[in-house]
Amino acid sequence: MENKIRVLRAEKNWTQEDLAGAVGVSRQTINAIEKGKFDPSLPTAFRIARLFGQPIEAVFLYGD
Amino acid sequence: MNQKVLKKKNLGRLAGWTLAWTVSTALAAFGTKFLWDGNQTLSALAILLNLAIGIGMVLANRRLLEGSDELEKKIQLESMALTLGLTLVVGIAYSLLDTANVIPWDAEISFLVIFMGLCYLTATVVNQKRYR
Repeated sequence: MENKIRVLRAEKNWTQEDLAGAVGVSRQTINAIEKGKFDPSLPTAFRIARLFGQPIEAVFLYGD
Repeated sequence: MNQKVLKKKNLGRLAGWTLAWTVSTALAAFGTKFLWDGNQTLSALAILLNLAIGIGMVLANRRLLEGSDELEKKIQLESMALTLGLTLVVGIAYSLLDTANVIPWDAEISFLVIFMGLCYLTATVVNQKRYR
């Protein structure tokens, strides 16, 4: 699963640590999600999308 | 509570239980020889205390896992799955080596405990790196 977290985070000028604190996960988890190494759970994905004020499908892209 | 503060608190609690368990293990192992001169009642009490503290340590570890985030849980799950599987397979093979007299010494449980610790440590470090 791909995502646009890095771009959205840069637009808001947030660090990974800022986003991790707001979502309630570790910075390592945000880094792993950004790099596509780890797919977040649905609640975490919704929390991230909500923080950026975007629908979930605009942040996470499912590729076949 | 903040995730970092909670994790630090749970880690500190687990460290305390682990230290207490280590001390109680030493007491149960060496007390009979150096402290109470083979008194079986005191030995049984020391072993019961060791068991009770051990259960506390296990519960503290569970609490630490429950307070971890989803990636940390995944890393721990993978590390524990590898450790459990390898300990079972290697432990039985080691015991068979002893039974078949392939090795000249007795297969001791301490070997398995050390193997389990090293296996869990290695798996955790490797998994941490995989998701970095």
